[in-house]
Amino acid sequence: MGTHPMSQTAPSDREPTAPDLDRLRELCRAIRADIIRMLTAAGSGHPGGSLSAVEMIVALYFHHLRHDPARPDWPQRDRFVLSKGHAVPVQYAALARAGYFAPAELETLRRLGSRLQGHPDRTRCPGIEASTGALGQGLAIAQGMALASRLDGNAFRVYCMIGDGESQEGQIWETALTAPNLGLDNLCVILDWNLGQLDGLVAEIQPIEPVAEKWAAFNWHVLEIDGNDLEQCLAALAEAGRVKGRPTIIVSRTVKGRGVSFMEEDIPAWHGVAPSAEQAAAALREIAPAETGRTPRRTPPASTRH
Amino acid sequence: MGKASRDSFGQAITELGADPRVVVLDADLSKSTKSALFAKRYPERFFNLGITEANMIGTAAGLALCGKIPFACSFACFLTGRYDQIRVSVGYSDANVRLVGTHAGVAIGEDGYSQQGLEDVATLRSLPNMAIVQPADHRETVAAVRYLVEKHIGPAYLRLTRQNLDDVHDDSYAFRFGGGDRLRSGGDLTLAATGGVVAGALRAAERLAAEGIQADVINFPTLSPFDGAMLVESARRTGRVVTVEDHSVRGGLGSAAAEALAEAAAPARLRRIGMSDYGESGTPAALYRKFALDTDGIHATIREWLVK
Repeated sequence: MGTHPMSQTAPSDREPTAPDLDRLRELCRAIRADIIRMLTAAGSGHPGGSLSAVEMIVALYFHHLRHDPARPDWPQRDRFVLSKGHAVPVQYAALARAGYFAPAELETLRRLGSRLQGHPDRTRCPGIEASTGALGQGLAIAQGMALASRLDGNAFRVYCMIGDGESQEGQIWETALTAPNLGLDNLCVILDWNLGQLDGLVAEIQPIEPVAEKWAAFNWHVLEIDGNDLEQCLAALAEAGRVKGRPTIIVSRTVKGRGVSFMEEDIPAWHGVAPSAEQAAAALREIAPAETGRTPRRTPPASTRH
Repeated sequence: MGKASRDSFGQAITELGADPRVVVLDADLSKSTKSALFAKRYPERFFNLGITEANMIGTAAGLALCGKIPFACSFACFLTGRYDQIRVSVGYSDANVRLVGTHAGVAIGEDGYSQQGLEDVATLRSLPNMAIVQPADHRETVAAVRYLVEKHIGPAYLRLTRQNLDDVHDDSYAFRFGGGDRLRSGGDLTLAATGGVVAGALRAAERLAAEGIQADVINFPTLSPFDGAMLVESARRTGRVVTVEDHSVRGGLGSAAAEALAEAAAPARLRRIGMSDYGESGTPAALYRKFALDTDGIHATIREWLVK
C-alpha cells in the first residue's frame, strides 16, 4: 500500500474547483486494491459492499467534503457517517490515503488492538464520526449532526451512506419521515443500492422497490445515478448542496463487488467473505494490473462471523 | 406531598435552558415527561419527533457528537426498549446524551405493565459508560439535572417518577455523583433504597426505630457507578441488608447490592424488595400495597425477615 501518496486534503470552498478526474480514478483503483489487501490480510470482512461504494467515497473524501485530515476534530468540518458500517474498509482506505493515518495501518484491520475495528468506532479511529454497524442507526445520528449544524448557523453539511439491505430496518424510515419535516437541507443521504445482502439478493429476501418513489413520497429530493460513475457521483453531490428546504437522497445504483469479476458475478457469495490469497491475486490483477507482484498472505481464520 | 420528579425535571431543565448547548427532544410525550415546560421557553431548541423513539435516540447522539447536550425524553420503558440504539449510537459512541425516562416503576398505576418502566435500570446497567441517576425527591432531582447539564461528561440516564414524592432532603442537600447518601445511622440493619421509594423506606426505618431496631438507611441516587464501598461498610457492621426499589429485583439496586456484597465477601444476608413479576393495573396505592413497596409493606417485610 502507499504507492499513491496523497497530498493532504485542505479545507476547500463549498463549490470546489473542477475535479481532477484522472487523479480520482487512480484513487478508485488504489482504494479497491487496498480493500482486497486489507480483507485478505484480516481473513474476514465485507468486500462486496465496500467495493460497490468506492466511487462515491472517493468523490466525497477527495473532492466534495470540506475536511482537514490534520485536524479531525475541526468543529466546522463536513461530517460523513457510514451507516452501512460493514463497508468500513472502503472508508479506512480513503481516510488513510487522505492523510488521517498512515496507509501501513490498513494492514491492522480487525486485529486485536487495532484502531481499525471490524465496524466503525469513533472513539478509536480518527476521521470516523459515528460508531455504526448495527444497521439502521447511522442515518438518525447524521440527522442529529445536521440539526446541530443548523442550530449553529449551518456551519457544515452532513452526508450519510446507507445500504439497500439496511433499508429494511424500521429506524431508517423513522428518520426518513423526520428529516424532511425538519427541513434539513444540509443533510444528504446516499443509498448504495448494490442489490445484495448477507443471505442473498434484496429482491428475493425483502424487496424494497420502488425505492426512489418511497423516498420521494417521504418528501426527499431524490436523485438517481449510476453510483459507479465518478462524474455522476460528483454531479449529484454538487446538486444536493444546492437544494433548499429539504434533504436530498442520492439513489446510487451500484454493482456489488465492483471491479472484481468473480465477485460481481456471485453477489450473495461475496457479502461477508474475504478472498483467499489466490483469489486476492486474481482480484488485484483486474484492479491494478501494475501491482500484481504484491500479493498479501492470508491470515486465518477464513470466515466472517455473524 | 412534594413534587413528582418529572415535574422537578421540567422545571430544572427550563431554568438551566439558557445554556445554548442544551437541546431537548421528545417523542410525543412532552406533556407527560414535562419537557413541554422547556418547549414553551425555548421552542428553537426543542424538537418533538413524534412517536419515533429509535430515531430520537440516534438524533440525540448526533447532536451530542457535535457538541450539544441533548436530553431525550420518553417513558422509561419506551426509551430502554430501544436498547440497540442506546447500546451502539449512545453507549459505544460515548455520546454525551442524557436519556430521561419518566414513569418509572409500577407506581404509574392504572395504565398497566406496558407503560411501566421495570427493567430500564437492568438493561442500562450493562453498559459500562452509562451513568444512571435516580433522584428521590425534588431537591435531589434539581441538583441531578444541574449536574448533568454543567458537569457530567458521557452518556447518562435519568430515571424519574410520575407520582409525587415526599421530601427526603432539606436545603442543605448537596448532590454527589456516584456516592451513596446516608439518611439515617443505625447498626441493626442496612436499608438501601433508590428513587421514589426512599421516603417510604425512611418512614419504615422510623417505625423500626420505635420498635428498637436501628436501621442504617442509605439512599442511592446513582445506580451506576454504584457506591458499593458504602454499602459494604454498612453491611459489615449490621450483617443484614434490605434493598428497596420500584423496579425489577433482577438487575437493579438489589442486584448491584448483591454484586458488591459478594465481591467483598461481606458477611451479610440480603433481602431484595421490588418487582419480581410483570406489573399490572391498579391505583398506585393499591399496587404499592400489593407489592410491599409502601411504608407498611417495607416495614412488614423487614419485621418478618428479622424473625427468621
